[in-house]
Amino acid sequence: MKVIKIDKKNWAGGIDKSRGKYQIFGSVKDKEHFVFRKLNSEEYPDMGNALSVLSPKSILFPQSEKIITASLDESQDDHHIMKRSYTDYSPRAVIGIMPCDAKAVQLVKLNFETDDYRDPYWCDAYEATTFVGLAVNKPSIYDFTSSMGSGPFAEEGLDVLLVDCEDEYLAKVFTEKGEAFMNSAGLTVEADTNKAVKLIEEMKTQAEKLIDSEKVKTDKLKEKSLLELHGASFWDDLSFACINCGTCTFVCPTCWCFDIQDETKEKTAIRFRNWDTCMSPLFTLHASGHNPRAEKVQRVRQRFMHKLKYFVDKYDKGTMCVGCGRCVLHCPVNIDIREICNTMNSYEAQQV
Amino acid sequence: MDSLTNKIRTLCTGLLKDGKVDMIVGFKKGTIPMSSCPMVARTQEQAEEIIWDSNCSLNLANYLTNIKGKIGVLAKGCDSRNIVNHIIENKITRKNIYIIGVPCDGMVDKRKIRSFFHDDITLFSEKNNKLFVETMSGKKELEKNDFLKDNCKTCMHRNPVIYDELAAELVKENEIDDPFADVRKIENMSSNDKWNYFDNLVKDCIRCYACRNACPLCYCPTCFVDESSPQWVGKGQDINDVKTFHLLRAYHCAGRCTDCGACEEACPMDIHVRAFTRKLVKDSFEFFGWEPGLDLTKRPALDTFNPDDPDEFIK
Repeated sequence: MKVIKIDKKNWAGGIDKSRGKYQIFGSVKDKEHFVFRKLNSEEYPDMGNALSVLSPKSILFPQSEKIITASLDESQDDHHIMKRSYTDYSPRAVIGIMPCDAKAVQLVKLNFETDDYRDPYWCDAYEATTFVGLAVNKPSIYDFTSSMGSGPFAEEGLDVLLVDCEDEYLAKVFTEKGEAFMNSAGLTVEADTNKAVKLIEEMKTQAEKLIDSEKVKTDKLKEKSLLELHGASFWDDLSFACINCGTCTFVCPTCWCFDIQDETKEKTAIRFRNWDTCMSPLFTLHASGHNPRAEKVQRVRQRFMHKLKYFVDKYDKGTMCVGCGRCVLHCPVNIDIREICNTMNSYEAQQV
Repeated sequence: MDSLTNKIRTLCTGLLKDGKVDMIVGFKKGTIPMSSCPMVARTQEQAEEIIWDSNCSLNLANYLTNIKGKIGVLAKGCDSRNIVNHIIENKITRKNIYIIGVPCDGMVDKRKIRSFFHDDITLFSEKNNKLFVETMSGKKELEKNDFLKDNCKTCMHRNPVIYDELAAELVKENEIDDPFADVRKIENMSSNDKWNYFDNLVKDCIRCYACRNACPLCYCPTCFVDESSPQWVGKGQDINDVKTFHLLRAYHCAGRCTDCGACEEACPMDIHVRAFTRKLVKDSFEFFGWEPGLDLTKRPALDTFNPDDPDEFIK
């Protein structure tokens, strides 16, 4: 592993140079909030760790993605033959992603690339993408990544981790992909590795001190009985405020559920994959009309059981929540996953 | 703890103690600055958690439908008008609701306050029309009236119009020269500008339906966007589908919307969704002299007809 040092005066030039080989994705201010998207040739990624409303998951998993196209024009030879829609999979670099969002990508990967199946749309996008993260020197009050298996300087899922050291960035380069990006940006000046690593460790400790990782506890989730948690009485009052919109699921970097929709327009048929949400009553509505999660409390319970219990049991990789804090900030009715996590973690079933 | 919250808690615990209600719908303190969380109190102990402040901008009338039993509810002016609407539309029965009216001098716009500061707000409190905001870099005192929500600035009914008892003295109603100046501004745009205005307005929409779900008027068992046999509206990001959702939802609220602002409060993308409904509130007012939720005996403007209606086309 090497550490590159980048004088901030050279940063913009580096981005410009890399545009030749990479589509650059980053965070930019749009009206009052930040969004993660593809940048045009005049734009530079925001390097302030602003908590974007929507996570960078849309770079690999767009909200509405064309996956299959077919012509309905019977005069064409290939009419009614379904073909994969064109998507630009030329190399992409995501710049300034938060470490927790990069970890989230790895958690989502568990779903889209399994022993049995490889989702071509997500996986092709993933393989084309280089993740250049930015460590969070000043975690926001919504950040509880340290409690959820990540942290402000976490490295999981990153090809490069940039650390903002005021006049310069130090870049820890972990992978070949990361190195390829740094080379194409012409950012190749190496730092004294030992000194740099030591400085980064100190900054990491400082940043971690700003998050009270004792505030959210997950240590007992695995040992709790799934059925007892499911049958707990706290779900009724806890779910009262929920209005079953899709906000939490849409801003969440680890939520990946989708809905397939076919649309036709004149002589073209397109199959879309759209974000779906388990908060919607439609989510589990069967064709027969039966709905196993017809009641709000069932859907709210399912969401938190999935993130904080089912995933924990199934994969033994910790929770499916990375602690980014977006749902806490954006839930219209202030349902707070941190509180619910603690309630679940400390739950003792009433002994009858 | 301020006196209004104390008074409300006393009223609520009293109602539960006397068995006058089975539960009370109110707000409890939020877990992040400038937030509050709708809650239901079934015991006196739970009722002690109820609060009331300038962050109680969601509409609790949204939580009253499809519940059995006698329900107590805290209602400011706009909320109370939605309760009247619910009664007229047979979603709730008057005798099953106990309304604690809370005269309101406006709720604060947390987005406006957040954008006033460079970093995260860590603490928020208020007293006597002053807001006290703390961030990582310092403290500041603000005037509440400078940070009111837009719908509160043009509110024509701050006092509850229906209640079983009041939690505080009635407040003075706003005197507004032209409550619909914002709508006229859009009406006066050229066709092209108007088209672009609305395209730009909804381009960030993620179809989360927070606006619809926070709205007390939207209680259809199957919303038109969720209908599948036939499917009326696409579920993707085609701008025409997004606009269809917003325009049609606004029309379904015509003559019923009280401009409570819960839709804008709920939107995670900070979209000014009231641009759609405001036009219909204005049209109801100017064409029919109609303001929803003020009279238990009258049906909404677009919900009824009369053989003596002046419109020529029906004759």
